[in-house]
Amino acid sequence: MAEVTEFIERFAKVTGAPVRTGTNVTSLRPTDDGYHVTTGGGEIRCRTVVIASGACNRPTVPRLAAAVPASIRQLTPFDYRGPTELPDGGVLVVGASATGVQLAAELRRSGRPVTISVGEQVRMPRTYRGRDVLWWMDASGLWDQRYDRIDDLERARRLPSPQLVGTPERATLDLNALTAMGVEPVGRWAAVRDGRALFSGGLRNVFSLADLKMERLLDTFDAWARRNGRDADVAPSERFPPTRVPASTRLQLDLRSGEIATIVWATGFRPDYRWLDVPVLDEKGRLRHEGGVVDGPGLYALGLPVLRRRKSTFIYGIEDDAREVVDHLAGHLAAHR
Amino acid sequence: MTTVANGVNVQALLEARDALKGAPEAAQFTWRASSKWQNGVHSTTTVRDFFGLGQEQSHKAESVFEADHPAVFAAEDNGITPIEYLLVGLAACLTAGVASVAQNRGIQLRSVESTVEGRHDIRGILGADSDVRNGFTDVKVTFTIDADASRQEIEALVAQSQKRSAVFDALTNPTDVTVDVA
Ligand SMILES: Cc1cc2nc3c(=O)[nH]c(=O)nc-3n(C[C@H](O)[C@H](O)[C@H](O)COP(=O)(O)OP(=O)(O)OC[C@H]3O[C@@H](n4cnc5c(N)ncnc54)[C@H](O)[C@@H]3O)c2cc1C
Repeated sequence: MAEVTEFIERFAKVTGAPVRTGTNVTSLRPTDDGYHVTTGGGEIRCRTVVIASGACNRPTVPRLAAAVPASIRQLTPFDYRGPTELPDGGVLVVGASATGVQLAAELRRSGRPVTISVGEQVRMPRTYRGRDVLWWMDASGLWDQRYDRIDDLERARRLPSPQLVGTPERATLDLNALTAMGVEPVGRWAAVRDGRALFSGGLRNVFSLADLKMERLLDTFDAWARRNGRDADVAPSERFPPTRVPASTRLQLDLRSGEIATIVWATGFRPDYRWLDVPVLDEKGRLRHEGGVVDGPGLYALGLPVLRRRKSTFIYGIEDDAREVVDHLAGHLAAHR
Repeated sequence: MTTVANGVNVQALLEARDALKGAPEAAQFTWRASSKWQNGVHSTTTVRDFFGLGQEQSHKAESVFEADHPAVFAAEDNGITPIEYLLVGLAACLTAGVASVAQNRGIQLRSVESTVEGRHDIRGILGADSDVRNGFTDVKVTFTIDADASRQEIEALVAQSQKRSAVFDALTNPTDVTVDVA
């Protein structure tokens, strides 16, 4: 963390851009020749704007949260600080992507009974053939795959985060690891009825889909290594056991029984554009853009899922995007002198 | 796009998907069935009309379904049991899904067969044990597929067909059901 902070601070110094910290943009609206920005520290007029306000400003919580009995404490990852701050008793973690699996593991290690509700997920081993899986994503060119070369871009942009955790042991934290720790998986949470949580009976298929996708990913890595004569640089090819499906999974859980004291919603994040007074959002509240060129003159975006490539939402992945988006921005300025 | 012939007009489906993205009203369908009690536990259900794409629609022909209970339930067995219709729906829906996904992925199918087994503890419906549910204990579908594809690709077809199946969803997830007296 300290390294990342230092990196960003050094970057601010090197670029010499006037950074205004602790300054919230409360409104951005179009003018005749650009934009008018209202901030907590005054007004700014500008010809172009890059929206780099992040993809994870607010936690997403499904509507059924409203039907959960008041006796249960509900938390989002923004509220969660650690297992000790939770009331005694069982925890239901909803969502099994990066955040959900990490919180479920931490809570289980603290000795609590943990149930995890699993929907669509992206399974990945932390290391493959002796290398970090992110090394493979990068080396094989998968991460550089461009947004305009992806079959179903909409889907790629909605893809949940991979089940990865960064630890010194570089351990894999998939559902097999969680169930081995004693975390109980249940299906996707579908509804609350009469104080009971009802979970989907489709858990087996959700597991198969994740296993099959992981297999295909590893096949891609193997094919890349073979084609590029890299087989000798890495350990032999390996495959992982399929996700174990418990003999019986619970389809419902009585939320009034006291078994569950806390629900942690690890159901994803979304951007916050409440300050954006420009009509550039689609019916789902997402920014309308083509590879970061927003549907409004002189307006740009960076740091959104698969903005221009698969790596767009990773810290180092933004560099190539930024170069191309800024090229377009410079072209816009030149054309509208 | 592809040269395989599974008889599914994927192009039309993809065009419909794009068209309906911008027209959610047209995507609202209502499926209907009308049922009439015959005698004992025998009933006859007919299906012909439905609503969709903003207007009333009809099947080419009316379909008639007899439902009854078998002789072991001391009934006349004029037709399959209602819960068996769920198996019919599931098998048909998953099979349609396999064919559509295969067409879309350019996989030629030669044969697609499946067996569907719904295990059922009838103590639930008989009220013999209040801890036993009325519905299926579990459902198992086994596909046997002959196609120009690897085992992994075939498994992916079957997985994707579940992901996009109306009946699989209706069976695995709760649905809000209202039963009124007219
Ligand atoms: C749990 C988690 C783990 C991650 N792990 C990794 C990892 O291991 N490696 C990796 O490469 N990437 C990781 N990422 C992704 C990484 O955090 C992002 O790629 C990176 O933070 C994106 O940078 P950004 O500047 O686009 O957005 P952000 O870092 O989200 O920064 C946006 C900034 O805009 C500010 N802002 C928002 N609205 C306004 C407003 N109205 N006015 C003023 N300021 C505003 C926010 O306060 C924030 O400071 C992870 C992300 C998450 C959520």
